[in-house]
Amino acid sequence: MLEVRKVAKAFDGFQAVAGVSLAVPRGQIAAIIGPNGAGKTTLFNLITGHLRPDAGAVLLDGRDITGLPPHDVCRLGMGRSFQRINIFPRLTVFQNVQAGFISHRGRGLDLFSRVGQLYREETEALLESLGLLDRSGEVSGFLSHGAQKQLELGIALASEPRLLLLDEPTAGMSAAETRETIQLISRIAAERGLTLLFTEHDMEVVFSIAQKITVLHQGRVIAEGAPAEVRNDPEVRRVYLGERR
Amino acid sequence: MSGLRRIPWALVLVVAALFVPALGSRFYTFVATDVAILALFAVSLNLLLGYTGLVSFGHAAYFGIGAYATGILMKKAGIPFLLAFPAAGVLAGLFALVFGFFCVRLTKIYFAMLTLAFAQIVWAICFKWNDVTGGEQGMPEIPYPDLAWMERLPLAGQLRTSDHFYLLTVVLVAACLWVLRRIVGSPFGRILTTIRENPERAEFIGVNVRRFELIAFVIAGAFAGLAGGLFGIFNRGVFPDFVYWSKSSEVLIMTILGGIGYFYGPAVGALVLLVLNQQITSYTQYWPFILGTILIVLLFAFPSGIVGALDAAARRLARPRRA
Repeated sequence: MLEVRKVAKAFDGFQAVAGVSLAVPRGQIAAIIGPNGAGKTTLFNLITGHLRPDAGAVLLDGRDITGLPPHDVCRLGMGRSFQRINIFPRLTVFQNVQAGFISHRGRGLDLFSRVGQLYREETEALLESLGLLDRSGEVSGFLSHGAQKQLELGIALASEPRLLLLDEPTAGMSAAETRETIQLISRIAAERGLTLLFTEHDMEVVFSIAQKITVLHQGRVIAEGAPAEVRNDPEVRRVYLGERR
Repeated sequence: MSGLRRIPWALVLVVAALFVPALGSRFYTFVATDVAILALFAVSLNLLLGYTGLVSFGHAAYFGIGAYATGILMKKAGIPFLLAFPAAGVLAGLFALVFGFFCVRLTKIYFAMLTLAFAQIVWAICFKWNDVTGGEQGMPEIPYPDLAWMERLPLAGQLRTSDHFYLLTVVLVAACLWVLRRIVGSPFGRILTTIRENPERAEFIGVNVRRFELIAFVIAGAFAGLAGGLFGIFNRGVFPDFVYWSKSSEVLIMTILGGIGYFYGPAVGALVLLVLNQQITSYTQYWPFILGTILIVLLFAFPSGIVGALDAAARRLARPRRA
């Protein structure tokens, strides 16, 4: 479904991503791990069109989407959540998610109908599945960190993506919140038949849900495979897992 | 509360405004016309400022283009108001489309500076193009539209021409505000608020941010142009200072004074600023000094504007006190 071919990106001479290739087949749950500064977020930004790669190509369902702006990439079925909270803080929880539906279903240029109840059913169903329905009317900026992270996921899902990229979906969460979020993500991915690509620092999370893991180090892929293979890869142990033995 | 909310306050206000000429004072009608027109100008700016999160520092350009369009068409070409008025909106919208195309490519302060740059170019052209705009001298004696038909209306028969023009202004401004109100309450309006809140995130829900900003810019410009078209007639002439940067800052001040978080906030700002101006300049020549002081108090004490402060006070009263 997603194919990344040798993408590279440098910032002021610093090679953040140096020729990374990876492929995520339909329905797979794939993870990218790596130490801080390995280039995970940059790689995400290259895939979603936020940054334009210096070299290489990104293909979605065989279609070349390299260098397309994010709004086009989103329309082609790729959703994304962010590592930092990235919501619409002064809108209500309901409005945050509703905006995703409005945009995705092409009603954004409708200047004359009333927005109030538009896509109410869809929005409320999605909030329900995220456990946010009872906070629907609250201003999203005042929610707790964990609830904002879930809303972040809700906004991404409102674009009804086939491929979902999650950048550290449990960053800053307590152990309990992390477990809940992971269950939520696996459940939603299964229900909707989503293909998932995520980055994560919590190894327990990664090894519990990922079917394939790609390890990034200094902008390069140093290992790739099923969790068990990656866990036993000597190179990975050296640069990343090694110290914890 | 809910009973009070059900009353269509906007309609009540429009009907009340139609009775201002009945007070019989030429001065009241004059101030009321001024307020109505500038209220539309300020509300149009707020589509950018309050709803899309874009600070335009050159909104007077579109106001001025509208004023010149209507003025030139009516005075030099003898085209009736019925056509010359919409022409102001169309022409201002077209200029907004061209200038906006470049402006939305920039963000924040760079966007503001570019809107200012375009406005100053328009000003320079109006100031120098003697054959068309009358140059520095401007274009006096814009005719009133033919409003003789109003004499046949009940109650309006005995009024002056300026009163008739005021009635027309109230109806047109109300219609424009109604359209703008519909726009901000539409799905399009909601998408604009997502851009204000977080343009990066808006891109990732599939919003072509630049395109939406450009459409908002064109709509705001067109309505500013309509306000300008009315203002030229009201003012009995069109002058280059309509386009000057101080006009842009004046409307910016009105908008912020009233409250950018509220649809009618800028209209309230226009009312307060113009009435204060009228009152204070009759006592002192230091109006800019007073204006500066008002602004400072506003920014520190009531950052959400007059309507914001009233809203907060009303909420405090409505909430039952905890013992």
